[in-house]
Amino acid sequence: MRHETVDTLNRKADKAELGFWLYLMTDVIIFASLFATYLVLRNNTAGGPSAADLFEPRYAFVETLILLTSSFTCGIAAIAFKFGKKQLGLGLLMATIVLGTAFLTLELLEFGTLVREGHSWQASAFLSAFFTLVGTHGFHILIGLIWAAVTGGYIMSNGLTRNAVRKFTLFSLFWHFLDVVWIFLFTIVYLLGELS
Amino acid sequence: MIDFLLGRLSTEYFPSDPVTIGAAVGMPLTVVGLVALITYLKRWKWLWNNWLTSLDAKKIGVMYVIVAIIMLVRGVADAGMLRLQTALAAGDATGPFSTDTFQQVFTAHGTIMIFFVAMGLMFGLINVVMPLMIGARDMAFPFLNSISLWLFVAGMILVNTSLVFGGFSNGGWLGYPPLTELQYNPGPGVDYWIWSLQIAGIGSLLSGINFAVTIIKHRAPGMTWFKMPIFPWSVLVTSVLIMLAFPILTVTLALLSLDRTMGMHFFTSDLGGNAMMYINLIWAWGHPEVYILVLPAFGIYSEVVATFAKKALFGYKTMVYALIAIMFLSFVVWQHHFFTMGAGANVNAFFGIMTMVIAIPTGVKIFNWLFTMYRGRIRFRAPMVWFLAFVVTFTIGGVTGVMMAVPALDFQVHNSMFLVAHFHNTIIGGVVFGFFAAMTYWFPKIFGFRLNDRLGRYSAIAWQIGFIVAFMPLYALGLMGAVRRIDSYSDPTWQPFFITSGIGVLIIALGIGLFMLQIIYSVWKRKELRDTTGDPWDGRTLEWSVPSPAPHYNFAVQPVVTHRDEWWHRKKTHYQAPHKSEYRDVWLPKNSAVGLLIGLMACGAGFGIIWHLWWLVGLLALGIIVIIIIRTTKDDTEYLLTAEELLKEDRRAKGMAV
Ligand code: HEM
Ligand SMILES: [Cu+2]
Repeated sequence: MRHETVDTLNRKADKAELGFWLYLMTDVIIFASLFATYLVLRNNTAGGPSAADLFEPRYAFVETLILLTSSFTCGIAAIAFKFGKKQLGLGLLMATIVLGTAFLTLELLEFGTLVREGHSWQASAFLSAFFTLVGTHGFHILIGLIWAAVTGGYIMSNGLTRNAVRKFTLFSLFWHFLDVVWIFLFTIVYLLGELS
Repeated sequence: MIDFLLGRLSTEYFPSDPVTIGAAVGMPLTVVGLVALITYLKRWKWLWNNWLTSLDAKKIGVMYVIVAIIMLVRGVADAGMLRLQTALAAGDATGPFSTDTFQQVFTAHGTIMIFFVAMGLMFGLINVVMPLMIGARDMAFPFLNSISLWLFVAGMILVNTSLVFGGFSNGGWLGYPPLTELQYNPGPGVDYWIWSLQIAGIGSLLSGINFAVTIIKHRAPGMTWFKMPIFPWSVLVTSVLIMLAFPILTVTLALLSLDRTMGMHFFTSDLGGNAMMYINLIWAWGHPEVYILVLPAFGIYSEVVATFAKKALFGYKTMVYALIAIMFLSFVVWQHHFFTMGAGANVNAFFGIMTMVIAIPTGVKIFNWLFTMYRGRIRFRAPMVWFLAFVVTFTIGGVTGVMMAVPALDFQVHNSMFLVAHFHNTIIGGVVFGFFAAMTYWFPKIFGFRLNDRLGRYSAIAWQIGFIVAFMPLYALGLMGAVRRIDSYSDPTWQPFFITSGIGVLIIALGIGLFMLQIIYSVWKRKELRDTTGDPWDGRTLEWSVPSPAPHYNFAVQPVVTHRDEWWHRKKTHYQAPHKSEYRDVWLPKNSAVGLLIGLMACGAGFGIIWHLWWLVGLLALGIIVIIIIRTTKDDTEYLLTAEELLKEDRRAKGMAV
């Protein structure tokens, strides 16, 4: 933005950040509604297997570790960019993408196993709710991965401009948010499922 | 392969009964006629550059309003069909429409009126005046704003496409399962309903975020929270409600759609599905939704009353607190829509009491308006007449609402004509009258000339009388035992009431006709009605401080606010126009066709889902993602208006020598 003053640029970054926070709040409501649905339908297994029969908390724990690590690399990348260390930041962003992809792969593998064993989303209300809740999170991760790649490409071609840093800040907010959602998912679906 | 390409498209889905065929032929012909007219007048370029690709909030607002008014005509025509049927189909007689058509018509009526008329008028009016009132140049995110508009239009196109091809849902405006599940409704109607709402709803959600950020970040310097006029306050509260409620709608519709397309079991009657959960979810959105619609109307009345009584609004702070109270309370009343579900006495008592409590802040507002009028110098111009019609109508609706908040009483009138009368009382009296007042009030600010006042008053009076004739009989019918959504009835003593109600619809149609006539006549007489001062009503707030029509940059010089009724204060204190040296360079958004493109692609994707054209859905979804990526990585989306140019344009707008 060739001629714009620092002042208007700051104002813009401010606005974008507030808008993005508000968007995240709406996403919180989306997940809250899905969690509520899951909790209501959790025991409606239609005579089929329940959460305790199907889920393996240790598997989900590995997924959790991977996602938490990716959040960590993403956080460090933000710091690196702030200090102008472009190469380091890009490397860490790459690591985030790899870890995120690994997470998504594990999730899809789990889905695949369930479906192959005859426990697809069509089997019961409980499984519909499970696939939808976890799938929605996974879909967000997919969007996040695309976004990360685009932001990385932008930084590579445009350098660490104010705009680039701003875009990255928004992405990292999103990524941390997905991490928090996953913690709830892990607790409510996998840990609580084991207890019931 | 053919199945893959064509999904479930088939010629059997063209309409077969004569009424629908008429509409299905008439509508595309109208569109073709319009296209031909624009081509003949060689107006495409003008339309494209000045309107379709514009990111100016005022223009986006006007486009919303135009679409909404066209949809209003369709909605009222639907209502007329419903009332024609019930006026005739008493005893053994049959009406002109089959039961299935009747069901589609009331579903379309409710859906269109709420989502494409009331919401459309609301978003339109907010776009038109909210930035002006807070002293802002534009919305916080002008591009996002155009996406919202075009998603709204996409939803509108889908609803109307169903008329030509496939038919609409017969499940009522809230689409309760299990009726709307695949088992009972295998056709595309319910999918049309789901996806038109889903697409328009996402647009609404984006608007909510946009409006909130605009109000938080773009208020003029000096405009502290308690110096902000009530209309922007009401928009802020509405935006918060949108952000909290619309995601629930998104989820609810998505789940129903997953049931229908992926064979899931959220709300089905087998394999553990729970239809009551749908009812809970949809009303957890639905009740806040009615406040989303009515609060901006309340904001409008506040501005109109203060202006036409020439007095500062009475009880400004209580107005704000009342808005905030309603914001919270509107989330703890949803269960009053299904007291009869069997949740138990205590649950019903709680929600019944909360519903009565919410009437308190609403009553406070009514009294504040009345006290504002008290000892004011009231001018009974058209907007004020709309306001008076509102007070009468809305109060009746409020009283019957509190009656139904008593669960024991609601068991008698639940889902009856009594309810239908109640909610039309509040939604026509509260929301529609408010938006008509607003259109009349702010028209000169956007178009530079006033609307003929006499025709406006006549229109308001016709609506008011028509309303009473159309809906008061329904209260009686409800108490006599008539349930809603019936297309025929065996008790002939009901017929006179239904006939009266049908006559009322004709009077309302006359009101709409008068409104249209008012616009046409005023356009014709626009020279005499021209607003040269920029302040035709002797207004109080900032939008009246700029010339009419409001220039695309809104304010040539950023206003600084010291008072709540800033413009009124300036007029009283001989405010000096800003000096040449106070003009600054400003950046304004460039036009963009991307919003329009996204809207069209979303419309196509929605069509694809409805007809199971998965390849189309995939392609368009990918296209939308790519377009968004391209747009967000592009930097030069704004252009510079220098201080000198601004000064020149400002002098020209004010009719001074350049
Ligand atoms: C212009 C005058 C209007 C007339 C004459 C009218 C008439 C009607 C009629 C006859 C019904 C069907 C009642 C039944 O048998 O169940 C109905 C339903 C409904 N109306 Fe209106 N209406 C009008 C305006 C509006 C407006 C402005 C709105 C909202 C902004 C609205 C929202 C609804 C809704 C949500 C339903 C329920 C549809 C359903 O049962 O699913 N109406 N109206
Ligand atoms: Cu309600």
